[in-house]
Amino acid sequence: MPVTTIDGRQVHVNEEGFLTEPSEWDEGLGKALAAQIGIDMGDEHWKAIRFLREDFAAQGETPTLRRVTVAGGIPTKALFQLFPQKPAKKMAYIAGLPKPHGCV
Amino acid sequence: MTSMDTAPAIVPDFGNEASEGRKLAIICSKGSLDMAYPGLILANAALGEGVETHLFFTFWGFDMINKKTMGDLKFTPLGNPATHMPQGLGGLPGITHMATSKLKKSIAELDVPEVPEFLEQIVASGGHLWACRMSADMNHLTEEDLYEEVEGIISASDFIEKTEGAQLLFI
Repeated sequence: MPVTTIDGRQVHVNEEGFLTEPSEWDEGLGKALAAQIGIDMGDEHWKAIRFLREDFAAQGETPTLRRVTVAGGIPTKALFQLFPQKPAKKMAYIAGLPKPHGCV
Repeated sequence: MTSMDTAPAIVPDFGNEASEGRKLAIICSKGSLDMAYPGLILANAALGEGVETHLFFTFWGFDMINKKTMGDLKFTPLGNPATHMPQGLGGLPGITHMATSKLKKSIAELDVPEVPEFLEQIVASGGHLWACRMSADMNHLTEEDLYEEVEGIISASDFIEKTEGAQLLFI
């Protein structure tokens, strides 16, 4: 797995650029990752990203978009506004987690 | 092997430009529970990938957007060899009810929503729902009878026009 430098530190990523070591992540890095894909993190963004981190820690897998809505309490419509086009993947990337595997 | 690099960092290609302009049209023509899901799941997946998605409900597929039936679609093993049950069993009283409950339970266990909630999610994700004019006329139904997020009752040619250049799925 390649090592890349983001926010002045070295992190392990897969060939697409997703972090492979969730423990290398902190919110400063999340902000830098978001900036790489053109997202300026606000409070609403953080609410979603923190849910992803907590849910991943508890469940061992990245939550799907539906789960962020149902269990995280953030409406689907808002997620599409905060993380346009591909919210599930973009959130996973910013949160330093693997892409979600679930179909729905 | 570990490779070290300085800038630029590896950034995923979320393909925003590539998916812009990509369209998917799904024609839902079946009203059974098992045949409602493929279209819904694929529509949801396409929307999550930033693909403009339109669903057209026609013939039996109308049951998916008819307020009276959308929450009560059924599954029957009758005439479906893929259940691997003796076909004679399929016609017994109560079998459809039993098979429907079982399928609903399996779907719910995967945290996949029921049809009305699934449509709601698709609309919240930016999906477009259209009802078929001929099916509405045949069944004497108007927009009043349909799920409120259906954008309109349109003709087949209107749908073809709206989905110009789209990839198309007939289910």
